[in-house]
Amino acid sequence: MTQPLSFQGMILALHDYWSAQGCVILQPYDMEMGAGTFHPATTLRALGPEAWNAAYVQPCRRPTDGRYGENPNRLQHYYQYQVILKPSPPDLQDLYLGSLKAIGVDMTVHDIRFVEDDWESPTLGAWGLGWEVWCDGMEVTQFTYFQQMGGFDCRPVAGELTYGLERLAMYIQNVDNVYDLAFNDRGVTYGDVFLENERQMSTWNFEVADTDALFDLFRKAAAECENCLSRGLPIPAYEQAIKASHSFNLLQARGVISVAERQAYIGRVRDLAKGACAAYMEKNGWAA
Amino acid sequence: MTDFLLELRSEEIPARMQDKAREDLARLFTAELAKAGLVPAAIETFATPRRLALIARGLPQATQAVTEEVKGPKSSAPAQALEGFLRKTGLTREQLAERDGVFFAVTEKPGRATADVLAEAIPAIIRAFPWPKSMRWGAASASPESLRWVRPLQGIVALFGEEIVPVEIAGVASGATTLGHRFHHRGPITIGSAADYAEKLHACHVIVDQAERRALIRARATALAAEAGLTLVEDEGLVTENAGLTEWPVPLLGRFDAAFLDVPPEVIQLTARVNQKYFVCRDGEGRLANAFICTANIEAADGGAKIVEGNRKVLAARLSDARFFYETDLKVPLEEQVRKLDRIVFHEKLGTVADKVERVAKLARWLAKEGIVPGADPDQAERAARLAKADLVTGMVGEFPELQGLMGGYYAAAQGESAAVSAAVRDHYKPVGQGDEVPSAPASVAVSLADKFDSIMQFFGVDLKPSGSKDPFALRRSALGVIALILENNLRFPLRRTVDAEVLEFFADRLKVQQREAGVRHDLIDAVFALGGEDDLVRLLARVHALQAFVGTEDGANLLAGYKRAANILKKEGAADFTFVAPSYAPEPAEAALITALERAEPEAARAVAAEDFEAAMAALATLRAPIDAFFDQVTVNDADPARRTARLALLGRVRAAVHSVADFSKIEG
Repeated sequence: MTQPLSFQGMILALHDYWSAQGCVILQPYDMEMGAGTFHPATTLRALGPEAWNAAYVQPCRRPTDGRYGENPNRLQHYYQYQVILKPSPPDLQDLYLGSLKAIGVDMTVHDIRFVEDDWESPTLGAWGLGWEVWCDGMEVTQFTYFQQMGGFDCRPVAGELTYGLERLAMYIQNVDNVYDLAFNDRGVTYGDVFLENERQMSTWNFEVADTDALFDLFRKAAAECENCLSRGLPIPAYEQAIKASHSFNLLQARGVISVAERQAYIGRVRDLAKGACAAYMEKNGWAA
Repeated sequence: MTDFLLELRSEEIPARMQDKAREDLARLFTAELAKAGLVPAAIETFATPRRLALIARGLPQATQAVTEEVKGPKSSAPAQALEGFLRKTGLTREQLAERDGVFFAVTEKPGRATADVLAEAIPAIIRAFPWPKSMRWGAASASPESLRWVRPLQGIVALFGEEIVPVEIAGVASGATTLGHRFHHRGPITIGSAADYAEKLHACHVIVDQAERRALIRARATALAAEAGLTLVEDEGLVTENAGLTEWPVPLLGRFDAAFLDVPPEVIQLTARVNQKYFVCRDGEGRLANAFICTANIEAADGGAKIVEGNRKVLAARLSDARFFYETDLKVPLEEQVRKLDRIVFHEKLGTVADKVERVAKLARWLAKEGIVPGADPDQAERAARLAKADLVTGMVGEFPELQGLMGGYYAAAQGESAAVSAAVRDHYKPVGQGDEVPSAPASVAVSLADKFDSIMQFFGVDLKPSGSKDPFALRRSALGVIALILENNLRFPLRRTVDAEVLEFFADRLKVQQREAGVRHDLIDAVFALGGEDDLVRLLARVHALQAFVGTEDGANLLAGYKRAANILKKEGAADFTFVAPSYAPEPAEAALITALERAEPEAARAVAAEDFEAAMAALATLRAPIDAFFDQVTVNDADPARRTARLALLGRVRAAVHSVADFSKIEG
C-alpha cells in the first residue's frame, strides 16, 4: 500500500481534483468565521442565476469547541474544504465520490453512506437538504443542496460540499489524535503547527478575551453593516456581519450570553446577513 | 392479465421517510388507476435508500368500454329544450336515443390501453407526491416551477409486462434500466419485467424488499452477539433505520475500550444509538458489554476489518467526549451548578429556572409535611427539589438533553446524597408519557408532583393555557403525569388545596380523556363528574369504576330504566323541586313499599358513600329496583286527586335524589 497523503497533500489533491472539474480555486477568506459556508464565495455567490464553481480551504473558528489541546478530536481552529457548484450538476454524488478516491479512500473496504442531514444556518437565514456523508461511521462531509440563502430561494440550486479536513486526514492516515497527523511528508505534525496555538487560543477564548470590548465590537460591526447597507455596498456590509457573528461566538465562549439573549443575538446577525444578501440581489438587479 | 413495475430511483432517501413513501405510492397509484376504472389484483411496494418501487399485479391490457347515458328533455318538451340539450352534448337529433318519451344522449367510451393510463398516471403521482420535505435541484431549479422531490430524481423504470411505459418528467425519461448497488455493481442493469426485478437487483447486491433487509439485520445481529457470548439489546427502531440506510446490509460486531464502561450505561447506549445507529449488547449478568454492532452497506473485500476499526474509532471519540463531560461534571458540586440556574430563563413571563426551583422546593416540602405524599421526608423532598434542575447546566445534558434527570441522579449519588434524594432527582420528570414508569418512592413522588403542579399553575397564572391542538408547554402531559402519580400512589387529598378552580377543571378534563382512552364509558364518567364538588381523584375514580360494574348488572340496568321513567315523569310535569312529605292519605301497597324501601336504602347508601364503599352504595340502590318497578305497575302517579298526584311526584323526586347520591343517572345512556 502506498504512503497515505499528508494533511497538505490531501489539500493539494483536492485542489487538483476540483480544479480539473472546472472549479475556481480560491484562497481562504481573510476573516474569522465559523464555517466555510460564511465565505462570500459561497454565501453571496449562491444567490442569483449565474453559474459559479469554486473550491477553497477555509479556516474555521469555533471558540466554544476549544479544549486546550487536550482533546484528540476537538479544536477551536480547524480547516474545512469547501466546494460550491451552481447549478448543482446531475452527477454531483459521483463527482464527490471521485474526490474521495482522489485522496485515497478505497471503496471496496470502506463503508460510505449518505445519511439524512438537513442543513440550516439560522445566522445566514439559509437552509438546504442533503446528507452527512459517513465513512465507516464517521461524518467526513456535509453534502447540501442549498434551497435558500439569506431568506431568498436559490434559483438555481447550488450543491455544496464541506469536507472536515482534519477528520478525513485522521481517517486516511489512521491516527487517533489530530495532533499526530502528518502535516507534510517530512515529519512535521499537525501538533507541531497548531498545538500551542490551541492552548493559547483556548485560554484566550474562554478566560481572557475582554468581554466589554467584544460587546463593543459586536455593536460597532452591526452599526457599520447598517452604514454600508445605507450606501449600497453589500460586500463590505456582509464582511461586517461576519465580524459581528464572530464576536458573538467569542462572547458565547466567555459564557456571558444567557440562553434568552442568545436568540436575540442570532436574530441580529441574521438580520445583518439577510440585509447584505438582499442588497447583493438588488445591486445585481436580480428580482427576489 | 399483466403486471406493472414502477421504480423511482433517486439520490439517498432519508430512512425515516421510506415506510410512509411506500404507503403514499400505493395510495396515489391506486387512486390514479381507479379514475380509469382499473383495479389491480395486488400491489406491492418496496423502498431502499436509492429507490422507491411498486409492482401492481393482474392489470388488463385495456380498460373496459363504457357506455354513458345522459338523460335529456322529454320528446314532448319545447324545441328550445331539445336544442339546448344538443348544444350541451354536441350531438345531432339523429344521434339521440328515445325511450319512453324521453331523449337520451348515449356515448360509447371505448376502452383505453392500460399502458396509456399508466403513462398519464406516473407523472401525476410524481408531481403529487407528499414528501415531508422536498427540494429542487440542478439547472432546472432556476425556475420556481421545477419538480420537487425528496432528493434529486435520477431514473424511472416503468414496465407494463415487458413493454416500457414511456414517460418523461423533469428531464428523466422512463426505460428498462436501473442501477445496482452503488459500490458493488458498475453500469446499468436491464430489467425484463416485474417478474425478474427483485432477482436482477439481488444479483447486483440490492435487496429491494425492506422486510428482507430487516430480517437479515435482525438475524445477523442476534447471531453476532451470540457468537461473542453476548445478548443483543433488541431495538426494532434501529433495525428499521439501518434497513433504510442500506441496500445490502452487513452487520459487523466490534469492541470498544472496556474503560469506557465507567460512563453510565445509558449514556453509552444513547451515544451508540442516536449518533451512530449501533446496536449494543449485554453480558451474561445483564450488564452493558463493551461491544457494538454496526450495519455496513457493503461486503468489504477485507471481511469488514477496516470498517469495524473505523467505527470503533468514531465510537471511541464519541465516548471519550461523553466521558470528558461526565468527569468534568463530576468535579462540580451540584450546589454550584444550581447557582447558574438564575441565568437560564424558564419562560420570559415566569422568570428563571432558579425561580422555579425555589417554588418547587417549597411545594415539595409542603406536600411532604402535610402528609399528602405519605412517608415523604420534608427535608429530603426539599433537598431533592433544590438539586433536581442542576443537571441542566452540566456538559452531559448540554450534549444529550434527553438525559436530563438521569444525569442529575448520577451526580447526586456521586456527591453522597441519600438514595432517596438521588432517586428523586433522577425520576422527577417521570412519568413523561403514557406507559412511562410512574415514581413510587415518596420523595420522588413529592418532587415530581411539585414540579408539574408548578408548571401548570404558573402557566395558567399568566394565561398561557393549552387551547385546541396547541399545548406548547406540554401542560396536558404534565396534568396526566399528576393524575398518574396520584392514582398509582393512591394519594388522598383534595386537589383544591393546591390548585384553583380553573386548574381543577383542567385536571377533570384530562382525567375524562384519560379514562375514556382507558375504555371507561364517557357517559359514566360524566354521571360521576356531574355530581360536582369532587376533587379527590382516587375517590372519584372508585365511584366511576363501581358505577361501571353496576350498570353492567341486571339490577343496574333495571334501576336505570326505573330511574329514567321517574325522571321523565318529573321532567314532563315540570316538577323540579318537591319536598317529600309522608302521604296524608292511605298509600297504596306499592307506594308504601317504595317508601319503606327508600327509608332503608337512603341511609345505607349514604353510609356506604361516606365510607367510600361505592359497591355497597350501588347494592343499596339495587334494593330499590323491585319496589320501583311495582310502583310503576300498580300506582297511578297522575291521580285525579291533586294531593295524591303531588305526593307521588314528590316520591319520585325522592327516588331521583337517592340515586343521585351515588351518581347522576340522567347522564347515563341506554
